[in-house]
Amino acid sequence: MTLTTGASASGLSATQPNPQDLVKVTIDGIDISVPKGTLVIRAAEQLGIAIPRFCDHPLLEPAGACRQCLVEIATPDREGNLKKMPKPQASCTITVSPGMVINTQQTSPVADKAQQGVMELLLMNHPLDCPICDKGGECPLQNQAMSNGRGESRFVDTKRTFAKPIKISTQVLLDRERCILCQRCTRFSAEIAGDPFIDLQERGAGQQIGVFSPEILGIADGRGHGSGDGTGHGNGHAHGAEHAPGAAADDPGGIDALAAASAIGVSQGPAELDESGQPFSSYFSGNTIQICPVGALTGAAYRFRARPFDLVSSPSVCEHCASGCSIRADHRRGTVLRRMAGEDSVVNEEWNCDKGRWAFQYAQLPDRLRTPMVRDAATGELVEASWLEAVAVAAAGLRDAAEAGLRAGVLVGGRVSVEDAYAYSKFARIALRTNDIDFRARPHAAEEEAFLAHAVAGRGLTVTYADLEAAPAVVLAGFEAEEESPIVFLRLHKAATRRTPTAVFSIAPFASHGLVKLNGSLLTCVPGDEPRLLASLAATSGGQGLDEGREALRLPGAVLLVGERLAGVPGALSAALSLAQATGARLAWVPRRAGERGAVEAGALPGLLPGARPVADAAARVDIAAAWGVDHVPSFAGRDTSGIIAAAAAGAALVVGGVDPDDLPDPALAHAALAASSFVVSLEIRDSAVHQYADVVLPVATVTEKAGAFLDWEGRLRPFEAALATDALSDHAVLDEIARELGVDIGAADTAALRAELAALGEWDGQRIDPPQVAANSPATRGDGVVLATWHQLLDAGRGQDGEPYLAGTAHRPVARLSAPTAAAHGLAATGHVMVTGRTGAITLPVVVTDMPDGVVWLPTNSRGSAVRAGLGSAAGDLVSLSAAGPDAALVAAGTTAASTGSAGSTTPGGHA
Amino acid sequence: MATTLTPVLSSFWDDPKSWTMKTYRDNDGYCALRTALGMAPAAIIDAVKASGLRGRGGAGFPTGMKWGFLPAPDGGPRYLVVNADESEPGTCKDTPLMLAAPHILIEGVAITCYAIGAERAFIYLRGEELHVYRRLLQAVAEARAAGYLGTDVLGSGRTIEVVVHAGAGAYICGEETALLDSLEGRRGQPRLKPPFPAVAGLYSRPTVVNNVETIASVPSIIANGAEWFSGMGTGKSTGYGLFSLSGHVKRPGQYEAPLGITLRELLDMCGGIREGHELKFWTPGGSSTPIFTAEHVDTPLDFESVGAAGSMLGTRALQIFDETTSVVRAVLRWTEFYAHESCGKCTPCREGTYWLTQVLRRVEAGHGTAEDIDVLLDTCDNILGRSFCALGDGATSPITSAIQYFREEFEAGMHTPAWELFPYHRSAIVPVGELVGASR
Repeated sequence: MTLTTGASASGLSATQPNPQDLVKVTIDGIDISVPKGTLVIRAAEQLGIAIPRFCDHPLLEPAGACRQCLVEIATPDREGNLKKMPKPQASCTITVSPGMVINTQQTSPVADKAQQGVMELLLMNHPLDCPICDKGGECPLQNQAMSNGRGESRFVDTKRTFAKPIKISTQVLLDRERCILCQRCTRFSAEIAGDPFIDLQERGAGQQIGVFSPEILGIADGRGHGSGDGTGHGNGHAHGAEHAPGAAADDPGGIDALAAASAIGVSQGPAELDESGQPFSSYFSGNTIQICPVGALTGAAYRFRARPFDLVSSPSVCEHCASGCSIRADHRRGTVLRRMAGEDSVVNEEWNCDKGRWAFQYAQLPDRLRTPMVRDAATGELVEASWLEAVAVAAAGLRDAAEAGLRAGVLVGGRVSVEDAYAYSKFARIALRTNDIDFRARPHAAEEEAFLAHAVAGRGLTVTYADLEAAPAVVLAGFEAEEESPIVFLRLHKAATRRTPTAVFSIAPFASHGLVKLNGSLLTCVPGDEPRLLASLAATSGGQGLDEGREALRLPGAVLLVGERLAGVPGALSAALSLAQATGARLAWVPRRAGERGAVEAGALPGLLPGARPVADAAARVDIAAAWGVDHVPSFAGRDTSGIIAAAAAGAALVVGGVDPDDLPDPALAHAALAASSFVVSLEIRDSAVHQYADVVLPVATVTEKAGAFLDWEGRLRPFEAALATDALSDHAVLDEIARELGVDIGAADTAALRAELAALGEWDGQRIDPPQVAANSPATRGDGVVLATWHQLLDAGRGQDGEPYLAGTAHRPVARLSAPTAAAHGLAATGHVMVTGRTGAITLPVVVTDMPDGVVWLPTNSRGSAVRAGLGSAAGDLVSLSAAGPDAALVAAGTTAASTGSAGSTTPGGHA
Repeated sequence: MATTLTPVLSSFWDDPKSWTMKTYRDNDGYCALRTALGMAPAAIIDAVKASGLRGRGGAGFPTGMKWGFLPAPDGGPRYLVVNADESEPGTCKDTPLMLAAPHILIEGVAITCYAIGAERAFIYLRGEELHVYRRLLQAVAEARAAGYLGTDVLGSGRTIEVVVHAGAGAYICGEETALLDSLEGRRGQPRLKPPFPAVAGLYSRPTVVNNVETIASVPSIIANGAEWFSGMGTGKSTGYGLFSLSGHVKRPGQYEAPLGITLRELLDMCGGIREGHELKFWTPGGSSTPIFTAEHVDTPLDFESVGAAGSMLGTRALQIFDETTSVVRAVLRWTEFYAHESCGKCTPCREGTYWLTQVLRRVEAGHGTAEDIDVLLDTCDNILGRSFCALGDGATSPITSAIQYFREEFEAGMHTPAWELFPYHRSAIVPVGELVGASR
């Protein structure tokens, strides 16, 4: 007999095991052969024998804590005589051994009695509040109490009670008296997310889950005595508990929390706090709610909102990033009430991030568009219109602009489905007869387009999640996995914390929260210097502290992940391609937005037709024209996003598909261009900054209201069906209508037909666009300037997170990071505020002294009080200036509370992050 | 032939300064270490195996065999951890040993480290015992200064360092894997086994965990030979041990005698039950072992005989109770201890002790119900062998055994408070005045 300790034992291997690695056992009289290392509880599952369990979870290390899964086991001794183990065994911790005979509750009175006994003990202190508990109806405790418990309790004494609930964060609430202490949540936090934000404290019957709290631990200065008395002395115990957590729940108290944080050795000041003032917990905290086998952990957004049996569950795909999570949307009478992580072992396993779980209110806000609008010529106001009228006005406007030589450009945005992106691509080329189309609503470059055309488009599944997990080394270049693609982070964390860990390297100015959790190595880089660092890695020597990374990249299976940020650094993507070539490392591009990879494949780029076909290639154009049934597709070079904006500034018309001008590289210019454009058509789900300039606004469907698919960063198709039945139209259906009005059939009415058509185009077998070979800029002369570093936080002021204050409260508090010498050189106090001044404005944030290169300041790109593009007018790598800011400035920055970030209005521009 | 005391560990406790290096040297201290360093490590392990020494922490696992479970050296560190977290009600042998003669333990640690190839040993001491902690720190410092510990022990070239670690006050940390977690700075809760400590113990390295008395017995085996040791005791329970008598006896204390001695003999040595009273029940090995009654006074106190009589030798903590004692009250006090000390990790122990305590409180107060005895026994059945570690098992022993021998007292709890049946002041060892007795 052996008990498992490795992760391999928790799940079955994906590959077929060798017959000699199979172990034959007998469960309840039925023989079964299972792979060596299989847990008894899993072997029983394969036979359809359900052993009740609570602490067991297939993706977590075995704990053996709840003791609910006890079974009787006998194993053969050396002579082959079957010897029964003296005690019932926890089937969630014991692995199969040859000849093992297992009797579950089905065939063993001892196992059945043991399980009934444990169940009675679990229920003894559990409140009988199922009728008002969120878990009621989908509760493993409720269900298994019915299947494996006794009908009545013999317990007539005093139940253990606690004050309820504790705020783990603004979003996660804990009702301790419901908790059965299975430790799934704490194990998830430590093992999967790497954020041990909750842990067990106290002991015996007083044991409880919680965040670090001096009150509960009874170590608060002269306040209360905590609930340290673990004997469960009935009332006395409950009395002690009533005071302590009450304070914690009512007022998380930034000062107390900071004191608590410093008490456990944390010294990152405000960077360790979330927006509510509590110590930052985790981007993955919602998973603890989902795996809680009772109603102890609940989400503030869903608490008391619905009964599970009133909900309709629809499988869907998350729209927030390129991780491609399978999710489940639970809705009632046309309203989504919650979202859960879906199961997909090759992508998100059973997890998702808090943004994917909770950021869905945006689709239900009052500014949601339901009716088309056209600008009234007389009043200059947008007024509601019929679809017929709006489409007619849109088509007429676009036709007139084209006739006036102001042909429209198409800004697609990064959030569209593959089918929508493909429809935009067809619409531009067939209906508008232009190649002026670009999905990149962010810093971009021609180099990036060449990179995408050469290395990404049409390459299929080159690097997968499984490849990341198996890689000996992964280098992140301009990519913060935890902030930009959280499930990539989770998979890297899994790889980096196993017995033979994946070595992770990050090319960045400082070691982020995420990199530290990955035990990663920082390849320190000032923004703008990435090309030189990548080139040094490609070379066989040179550069300080690069040898380890250099060798790691040359190991078979090593992966280089590049993020959207590299597009803004001339020469960086060229250098990344050269590095991959030089080392043999596999390269993958991880965009931040869900629709970007699909838009590349759909040809929503000026120089690229669908299926990786270059516009410049006549054969490719013929190919596409034939497939589309048109004479030809435009051959002249298209404009990219910046070019389209520049043209609009000169009067060209615009078709805007969900783009926020403040996300663009130059928001001031974007606003001016929208104002100057002769005709603006906007396809949007909500009111947007574009609409003050729009001539026609056409409402479109959200992900839950339409069918479609995203391509995740791997290039894996993530199809979804409409969860809600509404009359909202997908972008492609609206474009199809406009095209018809223009007298053109682009064949974009039907989602399935579009997807089939795109698939039928097949791979381009002609010449690919050459890899870009852009030289790096020479290092800038800094003078007094400081180089700006910036990237997005997962939870920030993005419009997709609007309307969810509980989620917003868990975001990282915005801070400015700089080194101690930089702070000193600019007269900044280590605990003060800094005003960062850029081209068009300034941002003031608390200083957090960070181990990073001198002369660099980091700001979050689009967080509360830190809208870098709109507020600063600067981009990563630009020079900015620093000055000390007084507390008044700090007050301004803190004036917008976490709860109102969702609708911060004009001061806090949002993006479709 | 009457058994006599065999003072080995306790031979010089009566010296005015028994804890000093000088006293220990005057009593042949550290001679065994010198002998051991002249032996091959394997020969020491063989000697300990041949002596038949079994773990003195309660479970009685053969010590030499435990050492033999260590995998072959791989060049990495391996550790000796001494379990000095003595916390069970009634158990009081390691504490006086370390207080009176800490150098015996230090010498045993040094010999054991040499035998198992460990360069570093940890003594995990119960945190409340500040005075013992100071004595141990002093002893380690003295031993280090004298060259018995350090980087070149007695010129052998071997490094042996000892860390004395004070726990934070949790009975569970006497469970060896919880002890290791606590020593590593984690929450003290038992680990899943395997891997066993011998394979992956402290800091995931091969580790031997032994009780204080076990390690302290090693020097005498090296000095006097395995045969000398195995010549004492009975059958598979060889050697001597400290028997701690407490409660209603005339001279409570530690009596060092060969295993197999009987309570009758020990009572003779300690002057018997207190004047005018008679034995009612007793624990052979601490509160985790099922109680015995007067009918067991001639049961040889060795592992096999006590086991055959339905209890366990445990830590030889003999708590003696006379006829004035309410067994319900005694059992409740023990059960409250287990409820207080349950670590909370597993359901049966955490919830079960919480429940048992409440039922027993009602029975003590005379408010028991007709179902209570069945509930007590059934709940014990649902804890015993179902909990994660032995703490839960131990919690059931006093209850089931007490109901077995004194069921009528539990039945009386349905109508009469225990303090009426057995006025508590009568069982007090130190007279406490009428007030306390009247109120309870």
